[in-house]
Amino acid sequence: MSPTTWGWLVLLFPMLGSVVLGIGYRRLGRAAGWIGTVAIGLSFAAAVGALLALLSRTPAHREVSSTLWDYAVSDGLDAKLSILVDPLSVFMILVVSGVSTLIHLYSVSYMASDRGYSRYFAYLNYFVLSMLLLVLAGNFVLLIVGWAFVGAASYMLISFWYRRTTATRAGIKAFVINVVGDVGLVIGTFLLFEHTGTVSFLGNFALVQRAFAHNDTVLVIACLLFLVGAFAKSAQVPLHTWLPDAMEGPTPVSSLIHAATMVTAGVYLIVRLHPLFEWAPTAAAVGAIVGCATLLIAGTIGLVVTDLKRVIAYSTMSQIGYMIMGASAGAYSAALFHLMSHAFFKALLFMGAGSVIGAMGGEQSLNRISGFRRALPFTFLCFMIGGLALSGMPPFSGWLSKDDIIAYLDYRGGAFAVLGILGYLGALITGLYTFRMIFRAFWGKPCPEAAELEQGHLHHADVPRNPATGEEEDTDVGFPGAEHHIAEREPPMKVAMAGLAILTIVGGVIQLPGVDHTLTNFLAPTFARSSLAHLEPSVASDYVGLAIGALIAGAAIAIAYRVWVARPQTAPRLQARFGALHTFLVNKWYFDEAIDFLIVRPSLMFGRLAESVLERVVIGEGLTGGVVSAVRAGSAGVRRAQTGALRFYAAVVVLGVAVVAFYFLVSSS
Amino acid sequence: MSVFFFFLASIIAIAGAFGVVMLRNPFYSVLALVCHLIALAVLFLLLRAEFVAAAQVVVYAGAVMVLYLFVVAYVGGGDEVAAGTALRILGPLFALAVAIELFIAMLGSGLSGISGKGAPYVLGFGTPAQIGRLFLTSYLLPFEVASLLLLVAAIGAVVLARRRRGLEDDLELERRLREPRPAYTGTLAEGAGVQRVLAAIAATEQLERGGGAGERDRRGLAGSPAGTSDGDGQEG
Amino acid sequence: MAIGWYLVVSAVIFSTGAAGVLTRRNPLVILLCLELMLNAANLALVAFARMHGGAAGQVFALIVMVVAACEVTVGLGLIVAIYRRNLPIDVDEMHELNG
Repeated sequence: MSPTTWGWLVLLFPMLGSVVLGIGYRRLGRAAGWIGTVAIGLSFAAAVGALLALLSRTPAHREVSSTLWDYAVSDGLDAKLSILVDPLSVFMILVVSGVSTLIHLYSVSYMASDRGYSRYFAYLNYFVLSMLLLVLAGNFVLLIVGWAFVGAASYMLISFWYRRTTATRAGIKAFVINVVGDVGLVIGTFLLFEHTGTVSFLGNFALVQRAFAHNDTVLVIACLLFLVGAFAKSAQVPLHTWLPDAMEGPTPVSSLIHAATMVTAGVYLIVRLHPLFEWAPTAAAVGAIVGCATLLIAGTIGLVVTDLKRVIAYSTMSQIGYMIMGASAGAYSAALFHLMSHAFFKALLFMGAGSVIGAMGGEQSLNRISGFRRALPFTFLCFMIGGLALSGMPPFSGWLSKDDIIAYLDYRGGAFAVLGILGYLGALITGLYTFRMIFRAFWGKPCPEAAELEQGHLHHADVPRNPATGEEEDTDVGFPGAEHHIAEREPPMKVAMAGLAILTIVGGVIQLPGVDHTLTNFLAPTFARSSLAHLEPSVASDYVGLAIGALIAGAAIAIAYRVWVARPQTAPRLQARFGALHTFLVNKWYFDEAIDFLIVRPSLMFGRLAESVLERVVIGEGLTGGVVSAVRAGSAGVRRAQTGALRFYAAVVVLGVAVVAFYFLVSSS
Repeated sequence: MSVFFFFLASIIAIAGAFGVVMLRNPFYSVLALVCHLIALAVLFLLLRAEFVAAAQVVVYAGAVMVLYLFVVAYVGGGDEVAAGTALRILGPLFALAVAIELFIAMLGSGLSGISGKGAPYVLGFGTPAQIGRLFLTSYLLPFEVASLLLLVAAIGAVVLARRRRGLEDDLELERRLREPRPAYTGTLAEGAGVQRVLAAIAATEQLERGGGAGERDRRGLAGSPAGTSDGDGQEG
Repeated sequence: MAIGWYLVVSAVIFSTGAAGVLTRRNPLVILLCLELMLNAANLALVAFARMHGGAAGQVFALIVMVVAACEVTVGLGLIVAIYRRNLPIDVDEMHELNG
């Protein structure tokens, strides 16, 4: 079968799954989880089929496009329902559907005692469908459709426990910021379409160098708008404030959407549109700088937050900063390699966090979690594997992929080398906060829940509470309920986490420097037009970079051990000495407050003004009220002709006859 | 000779018309109209419309006007106070305007058809035979429709003028007038003018108690010159 | 006689009737003036019938007479009904159907 047929199948299975689960949500019960997982599993199988079909073709013919029907084809516009199956999209669908299958498997038991089980899987399938659509899209229109669907799915899943006000607020915040990105994407598409006359990717790539001058202002603006879209979706500064709040959703949702797939959509966008970015280097430079800034800012915040999931969220933000920095600079295969390995270990970390939170009965604060090493051995092992990969310790995939990017930046030289150095700084901070989290959660004196679990009793809170605000909740639908699950007791969770752990360990082999370049070679057809993709640091400099990376990671772990395990009073003392800095970091660099002041308040003020003045006075009393009173006055005036007096009417008739006769007399003479 | 008759008949007709309009007593107005109708019949004869002239006298002057006389006798209504409405001046003014325009149309613009002598006389023109033949052939539909119209009018008149339940007692009438009804239902008085009629009834009761004329006097026959019905009615 | 004379008479009678309708207050007299106007029309019709030589005008005049009879019947019925309810027989007093 042709690659595109497989491509359509990849899209079909999640769609069917989501529809079946959505319609049958009352009657499915336990089966819903398995239906959802099997649907995505089939999708993964179809993705593998697409890969094999693509590999069976010669490299020159590996960009295959297929159209189902014309969507909006008319004078000048050629929006069709078409997908593009090429190495990049096949890579993405493999990663997305593979990790999604494992997360669905994990959710089967994690969400088992939730009253909204079917709804959850319907939403999750719908999300996977949208992400796959986004990645397989062959033109801007379908990309925007997938982009919007993903935003909607994210909203639905973040506010999954819809009776929790914190969750719904977080969902709205995420959605609004995503819409800002959508607007950027749409306007960028329009600017591009105006000059090239087509919305399809291949068409635009072919025409961009003729339609625009190098670094043309309009192209730079369009690419900056695309970056706005990418930043909103990938939670880069300044559109990042939604991601920590998005941790209100169930942990598998955070694992899938906010670690492995949706937030990587921005990276995918930049990599897919690389011909445009290479032709407008200014925009690419902006992207790299913002990526670097994000990775540092997010890393520093991760050092001080106390909520377990939020540490991992800021870590995600930081790692995506690496990917965006790499993709903007031209390290496409390196960025995608990091995307894949990050998906593995970040999803693993989130799954582990879900297990820990389950053991704590819903509590998420690091201030209360401690000493779970003996109580949750399997979770501890997975956490360590994920943490080591994240910090960049050999031989895990995270080490290889992160240093791949930094080595490329150093090789490109100039300002990019500076970014590379900052990347090493970021790696140090990464190691610090990762192991801060691990040491605090698993070392130290076991907290009461951990002690209970060591005795064999899984803690359930007597009164379910919102972990953020502490308010009481009931166990009805729309709330998570009192029962929780841990990996040690649920085989599906164990299998999923084991799968990801294995992938984290061995995932690096596909791109060992000097040994094989599987990924680069596979992706070569997509980047055939690129002038930057062929830049390769030498093997020697690669190994030097890897060594530096390993040293930094080791140093970070050692420092973290000293601060949080060996001399536990170090942390409070540092906090006291650098109080102002600590407050600044705990308040997340005051981004939320700044956005509130600059954007939210003026909008609200304008809204109130519009309601009280425009709506009430101008339209209410002026336009409609004015029309009404004019009609009333007119009809009151006309009504006075209805006197009810017979002779008056007769007089009017006779007068009318006289006038008409006069007219005829005059006109005929 | 025909000229003499024409002028005679015309003058009588116009005089009758003026009489209808200007005589105060409606009874006299009806008589003036009868006179006018007969003069008009003469004019019809001059125009060789024999059957129409006969119908005019027999039907119009004979039947319709007699009906009119009966009603005028029953209802009465005498001298009315021509209140100072603007229509006292404007009415004749508008009518004069129409008349002048008609004159100009007929005489001034010189309708060519009027000045000639007209078509030659055909034997049998205007005879009942010819009219009857026309009614039953070319103008059958108007004929039938006119019959239907007469039927409808007859039924309508009966329905409009019938008594509700025999002769109305004054007490019954008062009781009916006192009952409140929703606006614009029932008779004019009952629905819309209850308050005024009640006031009028109260006023007449005052008069009675004060030794005024009995109620029966209010229903005087038409033609009583005091015009009591008009005067009292206006009170309400 | 030229037809014009008859038409002049008809016009005079018509405007007299119109003036009467506008001036009088007794509905009976108003109906009478209405009859005047109808008769004026009849006269014109018959005059033109004579002029053209066809009897259509006379037929029309007869129908007009029928209509006038019906209208008088119904109108008088109305007036009788008004009189029966002890309301003033004066068109200026009956103005409840106003807006």
